[in-house]
Amino acid sequence: MKIKVMENILSANDQLAEANREDFARRHITAVNVMASPGAGKTSVIMELMHRLAGDVPFSVVEGDIASSIDAEKIEAMGVPVLQINTGGGCHLDANMIREAVRELQPPDHSVLFIENVGNLICPSAFDLGETVRMVIASVPEGHDKPYKYVSMFEAADVVILNKIDLKPYIRFDTDSFVRGVRALNEKAPLFEVSCSTGEGFPELTAWLKNQVG
Amino acid sequence: MHEYAVTRSIVKIVAAEAEKAGARKVTRIHLVIGDLSTIVDDSVRMYFPMIAAGTVAEEAELVFKRVKAEFYCKHCRRNFVKPAHGFECPVCGGLGTPTDVGKEFYVESIEIE
Repeated sequence: MKIKVMENILSANDQLAEANREDFARRHITAVNVMASPGAGKTSVIMELMHRLAGDVPFSVVEGDIASSIDAEKIEAMGVPVLQINTGGGCHLDANMIREAVRELQPPDHSVLFIENVGNLICPSAFDLGETVRMVIASVPEGHDKPYKYVSMFEAADVVILNKIDLKPYIRFDTDSFVRGVRALNEKAPLFEVSCSTGEGFPELTAWLKNQVG
Repeated sequence: MHEYAVTRSIVKIVAAEAEKAGARKVTRIHLVIGDLSTIVDDSVRMYFPMIAAGTVAEEAELVFKRVKAEFYCKHCRRNFVKPAHGFECPVCGGLGTPTDVGKEFYVESIEIE
């Protein structure tokens, strides 16, 4: 006998993500899911944004990493509340990990919660965390073909950041091709070109993020 | 890349459905997986016997229906299969936009005894 099922394989995760989303909305927490490949500058972008938001809005950080606590220590040194999640080899964070992390970290109402996902442009795109903002970072040394290769990641982004633009003079990076790829997948997400080394582009990005805070 | 977690979800969904139907055993599981869903069939097949062992689904055969990713061309007003490079429409060369075709990721049906 054949039985129709038609159930999404990740439905358990999606239900938890929905619960997270409702909690964040009720408490006016802007949860920013930061996704990028390893070395694109996730931690650096988060730290630069926190420097610029300091005093305006409280924030805390959830650090997802496979096994190390290198990034969490950097955040802790800034005096910011941080919780490390080690996925033990897992390639992404899921909604349940975030649910438990939030319970432990207790971010205040009306704050920004940065969630640094595992460095990976594939798997995190499949796991909804219930975040408010999906921030996708690409960097100049990775090459301009990233949107063409990682369709789901760029399609679902609420904001796209191109980092390390101070390296453009040294690298054959076709900005037009990159932008064209992003825009084919995603007409709405604002795109910011930034450099954590020079600070270029951060005033605009910080202003945009402040506008998202509920 | 996260097939272990995915395979666990599959077994959980199938076991719940089989129990509802009062099945003695599940013989086949039909899955629909879009090419953009980042799941490799062979990897699910590798984990399945480990995870399904001791459950009603342990002897089930996995049947995958793969769906190719389609983009939409505004100019030609039709879907096209995403080429290996880029997002261009093969007819007019215009830039296509993504559709939901290719993102499927569900248990379609099960066969039980």
